[in-house]
Amino acid sequence: MKIIVCAKQVPDTNEIKINPKTGTLIRDGVPSILNHDDANALEEALKIKDMYPDTHITVVTMGPPQAKDMLIECLAMGADEVVLASDRALGGSDTWATSNAVSAAIQKIGEFDIIFAGRQAIDGDTAQVGPQIAEKLGLPQVTYVQEFKIAPDKKTITVKRALEDGYEVIELKTPCMLTAIKELNTPRYMTVSGIYNACKVDIPTWGAKDLGVDPDKEVGLEASPTNVFRSFTPAPKGKGTIIEGDGEKELAQKLLINLKSKHVI
Amino acid sequence: MNFQLTKEQEFVRKMVREFAVNEVEPIAADIDQNNEFPMENVKKMGKLGMMGVPFPQEWDGAGGDHIAYAITVEELSRVCASTGVICSAHTSLCSWPIFTYGTEEQKEKYLRKLNKGEYIGAFGLTEPNAGTDSAGQQTRAEDKGDHWLLNGAKVFITNGGQSDVYVVMAMTDKSKGNRGISAFIVEKDFPGFSIGKKEDKMGIRASSTTELIFQDCIVPKENLLGNVGDGFKVAMSTLDGGRIGIASQALGIAQGALDVTVEYMKARKQFGKSLSKFQALQFEIAEMKTRIEASRLLIYKAADMKDKHLQYGPNAAMAKLYAAETAMYVTTKAVQFHGGYGYTKDYPVERMMRDAKITEIYEGTSEVQKMVIAADVFKK
Repeated sequence: MKIIVCAKQVPDTNEIKINPKTGTLIRDGVPSILNHDDANALEEALKIKDMYPDTHITVVTMGPPQAKDMLIECLAMGADEVVLASDRALGGSDTWATSNAVSAAIQKIGEFDIIFAGRQAIDGDTAQVGPQIAEKLGLPQVTYVQEFKIAPDKKTITVKRALEDGYEVIELKTPCMLTAIKELNTPRYMTVSGIYNACKVDIPTWGAKDLGVDPDKEVGLEASPTNVFRSFTPAPKGKGTIIEGDGEKELAQKLLINLKSKHVI
Repeated sequence: MNFQLTKEQEFVRKMVREFAVNEVEPIAADIDQNNEFPMENVKKMGKLGMMGVPFPQEWDGAGGDHIAYAITVEELSRVCASTGVICSAHTSLCSWPIFTYGTEEQKEKYLRKLNKGEYIGAFGLTEPNAGTDSAGQQTRAEDKGDHWLLNGAKVFITNGGQSDVYVVMAMTDKSKGNRGISAFIVEKDFPGFSIGKKEDKMGIRASSTTELIFQDCIVPKENLLGNVGDGFKVAMSTLDGGRIGIASQALGIAQGALDVTVEYMKARKQFGKSLSKFQALQFEIAEMKTRIEASRLLIYKAADMKDKHLQYGPNAAMAKLYAAETAMYVTTKAVQFHGGYGYTKDYPVERMMRDAKITEIYEGTSEVQKMVIAADVFKK
């Protein structure tokens, strides 16, 4: 089986502080990590490989050159191969442009049975790139996967998809795209030998030209249809008031007095 | 001169820390109280390569170096010194002499499994009357033609009773003193070998410390480690490396105590401000931090010298001497800074203080380290 895992290097939000004046993230000195949901995506692929050792896992990411560190981590966990899409021309891409670049990278990698991605990245929180890749590659997709089973024929997949108030059980055929949530599994640790082997790997880096994407129309800041107009931290809401009293009549009375005193009614 | 860790070493720290925080720290207080050897975690460590860090992958080791090994012991000991010493004694005192002095067959049979954590290893040198003075060995090995016959007893053996393989020193020719000592690889199930009393210790209570008893213990000929009479050399060179491990354990204990104390000082308020705002306490923290960093540099230097096959014995002794004293200094202060709470089992610093003390004693007391260092000074 061939599995592709989409991953992203993100700032560790546990360590992040917000500049109260500008409302922007202070990224200086904040460590970068493998996005949590993406670690679940990789873990599920690795579990398939545990079961079927001839499985080949390729992790693909788009990001700056330092994203190689995250890819080393993926190799040290057990991925077979990694690819970095990195180019000045890709900088400033929104989710639409990012999914163009990543889809192009996936097509360049070649055949696959399953693409796993994390549900969303903790820095952007959009949950759009995975589904967009599926659309662009014309694949069936299931998001928010919390349970995964693959039939011995390696073609039929049964997944449990988390909903706000329950779940769906969906059966689908490969090739397909699945996005993982943290309930899916517990990501494994790197191994020490994995680290030493991973650090020796010469990680292939593909630019816009290698990907065959047009920097004017498909990738980068200029080609991105989304523009961030303003980002801000919402003002914290005040605490609610709980009205207590005996019986509906008294409660209604107290509520009316309260609303009147605030000139709501 | 290069004071930067390599990318590999940084990743090892990240990985071991994640494991230590998720798997080791949550049970550290309980296994200390219950004298419970953390076998499940040790097996997990084996699968992750943490029980064979500095050995080549061709022997199923992790393919790392001794700085990465020091970091492994340090990060484990930062949350649990017992788990740290289990890894240290196994790696430095059992796997290393087999890797260094063992035959291909011995490495095939023992080193592979030790490196994967399928076997746990220990080292037997100390006896009731031969600790610091190792030439006073009473355990003897007789050549019986087709096997060796071991008789005697060892005490204070780390990983005793939990190990599958023991590297054991015994006298093969008493008249030759140190040159009459030989090393043997003893399996736990060899006839005539048994485990004696288990020590009830002040600290590192989750590590198992026992007697080893040899009563007409039959050891196959091929389990002689090195040549006849090489035992003293095997033991002393093994202990040189072991000191890097124990120094790393001490460093981890000190770093762990500092880390929890800093967090406590930020949260704890007295006289209307947090403890971290009092300059007298800040200066103490600066002193602790400086000693920890000095210990770390001494250890990494000794480990680097070992990897480069330089004479590192006195450097390992200095590293252990200083790191052990630092662990005692820092943990004592850490308890003090926690006040009454620090003296209770609600906080980990009392355990760290109990754990720190042993680092001044085992694998050569601080006084022995000074003998080693001074001997090197005056030899020139």
